Amino acid sequence: MSTKYAETEQATAGPKYVGRAVDRLDGRAKTTGEARFAAEHPYPDLAHAALVHATIPRGRITAIDTAEARAVPGVIDVLTHENAPAMKPAPKVSFLDLSTLVSGTSVNYLATDEVHWNGQPVAVVVAETPETARYAASLVRPAYQELPAAVDFAAEEPNAVPQKGSLIAETKADKGDAPAALAAAPYAVDLTFTTPPHSHNAIEPHATTAVWDGDKLTLHEGTQNIPWLRKHLAQRFGVPEKAIRVLSPYVGGGFGGKGSVWAGTLLAVLAARATGRPVRLALTRASVYHTVGGRTPSTQRVALGADADGRLTALIHTSVSRTGRTGGMGEQITAVSRHLYAAPNIHLRQSTVPLDLLANTFMRAPGESIGTFALESAVDELAWELGADPVELRMRNEPERDPVGGQRFAQRMLREAYALGAERFGWRERDPRPGAMRDGRWLVGMGVATAYHPSIRMTASVTLRMAADGTVVVRCGLHEIGVGAATVQAQIAADELGVPLDSVRVEHGDSDLPPGPQAGGSMQTASAAAGVLAACAKLKRTLLGLARRAPDSPLRGRRLEEPEARDGGLYLGGRGQTYAEILAAAGRTHVEAAVKSNTLRFLTRTLRERRKWVKAATGAQFCEVRVDPDTMEVRVSRWLGVFDVGRVINAKTAASQLRGGIVMGIGMALSEQTLIDHRDGRIVNPSLSEYHVPVHADIPRIDVRYLDEPDPTMPLGLIGVGEVGITGAAAAVANAVRHATGKRVLDLPITLDKLL
Amino acid sequence: MTEIRMKVNGSVESLDVEPWVSLLDALRERLGLTGPKKGCDQGACGACTVLADGMRINSCLALAVQYDGREITTIEGVAHPLQEAFVRHDGFQCGYCTSGQICSAIGMLAEHAAGMPSAVTGSGELSEAEVRERMSGNLCRCGAYNGIVDAIMDVAGKDPR
Repeated sequence: MSTKYAETEQATAGPKYVGRAVDRLDGRAKTTGEARFAAEHPYPDLAHAALVHATIPRGRITAIDTAEARAVPGVIDVLTHENAPAMKPAPKVSFLDLSTLVSGTSVNYLATDEVHWNGQPVAVVVAETPETARYAASLVRPAYQELPAAVDFAAEEPNAVPQKGSLIAETKADKGDAPAALAAAPYAVDLTFTTPPHSHNAIEPHATTAVWDGDKLTLHEGTQNIPWLRKHLAQRFGVPEKAIRVLSPYVGGGFGGKGSVWAGTLLAVLAARATGRPVRLALTRASVYHTVGGRTPSTQRVALGADADGRLTALIHTSVSRTGRTGGMGEQITAVSRHLYAAPNIHLRQSTVPLDLLANTFMRAPGESIGTFALESAVDELAWELGADPVELRMRNEPERDPVGGQRFAQRMLREAYALGAERFGWRERDPRPGAMRDGRWLVGMGVATAYHPSIRMTASVTLRMAADGTVVVRCGLHEIGVGAATVQAQIAADELGVPLDSVRVEHGDSDLPPGPQAGGSMQTASAAAGVLAACAKLKRTLLGLARRAPDSPLRGRRLEEPEARDGGLYLGGRGQTYAEILAAAGRTHVEAAVKSNTLRFLTRTLRERRKWVKAATGAQFCEVRVDPDTMEVRVSRWLGVFDVGRVINAKTAASQLRGGIVMGIGMALSEQTLIDHRDGRIVNPSLSEYHVPVHADIPRIDVRYLDEPDPTMPLGLIGVGEVGITGAAAAVANAVRHATGKRVLDLPITLDKLL
Repeated sequence: MTEIRMKVNGSVESLDVEPWVSLLDALRERLGLTGPKKGCDQGACGACTVLADGMRINSCLALAVQYDGREITTIEGVAHPLQEAFVRHDGFQCGYCTSGQICSAIGMLAEHAAGMPSAVTGSGELSEAEVRERMSGNLCRCGAYNGIVDAIMDVAGKDPR
């Protein structure tokens, strides 16, 4: 092991695997090319599909000429609204059936002549080869009757309406009288920020391989939500859920973009049904942009008032975001302002405006990633106003309880995170004057911002099977989108059962397995861990039951609480038996334990818990930038993130996830934006050459530290790490740029034209 | 259709391809070598990187017919210490860019050893800055860049060249 990892390992003495920097179990498969993704499953007779996209934002298709496309040798069929078999409409959203949330849009593709956004699929070409399908798709000629469309977010903002709240997502808050307190405050900032739309850009474009066998469907798909996808397809295609098998062992990145069901999946299944052939629809990068929603743009106002001591007297945070007319959701943009600062007067409002654009969707830390940019930039600006140190200003306003709800924090170690971070980053060496620090010709700036992401968890069904030789199989429909899902659950099971890690195998990514939690909201690891822990306890009870009844067992008559699981068996003091011995004595080839999730009961408990606790992952982001004084090019030169994410199960994979979030946050800060033509709603940069995600050269060494203090309210004390890393990151960059240049950039991304 | 012969991962393959078929599609769809990935199909992401006679190329920007008589190595034909180093340093998450990163790194190390310059070339030593610059054609959206650079530096450090 390299010393770089030893630094972040912080292993505990107790458990053998939990907390360690264990290598990923899928490492070999992913470094040899063995791991197969959704578009990589061969079928004899496989046909290939390609999409035709609408080129108007709103209207009706008056005619669609497919003759030229059909005439291309190798074209099997061209499906349009005139000839495609009908799908059932998407079910109405209901909180009694959460799977109804999985529909990306409400459009019934190829069953309507209506066009709802520029890029909506209006035809599918099926051909013998992918090249033929793509070529023929370019020959399909739709004619349209255009209707007026609202596509310009900036222009439509005044038409925004208050965002609807729900039981688990409040969209407004009022405490005291924030406007009056702001007016009376001796120190204040009142700033308006904008953030652009973003696209997930998982390197694996969405792809579906659909194979019908009579009324049975096999689907190879990269998804973050196997059970909801399956249920949705059953509803749309009128077959029982049991008739559908979704296989998704590896997902080439998701970030929220593979959390819903989008056009490509539905149309691949439809095309396979219509042609009677197995069909693969591997979207082009441009097709991903045109059919898979991204992050909403936002306009946010943050106004802060403070007294001369730097105590906040007023906090106002309002936001406008957009949805699509046919789907999408309002993000929790101001939610972070409920929890971060002890202001006596707080006013929070969120509103949305529906536009004739593709529905927006979840993208890594929806709400918090852009909400922390605005709030944490404003707090930094207030520090300038006060002449205060930005770290000290935050610590002066660190609340003891939740500022809005008054609940206790399940876990809150921001003070410790900032203290450790400031020391490690050399914060005291920072000359607070703007532009005062230089490295050669480069202007140097240092900025901080708080990271915050709520900690939530759902349920998982898990089955464990132990064979006569003591090897264990964990079965759970987990989603391996790169988080090390199988590795982490194997570590937990190995420790709980006291067996070597290499004797545990995790089966995942298959709808035939007990349903796992979705890979979203940073909830998969904790949700599955609870299931694995319960299943391990059940399995040990079963094994002890066998041992207690065996006449010669040293465990005869023992209660479950007594023996210790270690060295591949159950022991009490020095006496005990290996699992293999227990099973052999009982004449069993294997034992099983199953835990079934009960979503409704769990949700009830979660809602009750929300009244008692505010649960979150938090962190302190420290960023150093170098700015070229002539070109104003910004380079991130150093980064430290100190995170309070409860107990870390795998020091290697957790660090990678946190770093990955920070990398995406650096992209958000400096280069990422999905550009939409405000005249016709067309995305003008639907490619990786024109949407600039960070590359190797943009990313310095990112130092990640954990406080590693277990959250007592979470299974094993763990808090999900998938999203907190991106939060606060863009603000930390903006604040460092402010320090280096004296310029406050309010509009992301911080491109050099905004600094010149 | 044009008949071409390529040595792919050590074995001679002959196949009939239309002139517009990319090398990437020929490898993936005709030869079943799905290790090289399609991330953008326009040379912007590097997930399709393979070695052609030892040189790294974006196979999505290459036409299969151009590579008649050439020797192609995909990740399936790679046996290199980098693979183990990527695992040890967690140089990937989802794994989709990994084949390209590894093939690209192999090609990059050879380029550097052969004295090919880059925009940041200084002393001639392979620095982290050199690696970052030379690997910038390979995107990783999971953000595993630190681990990838660590893996490459680790292997390069042990490289007797």
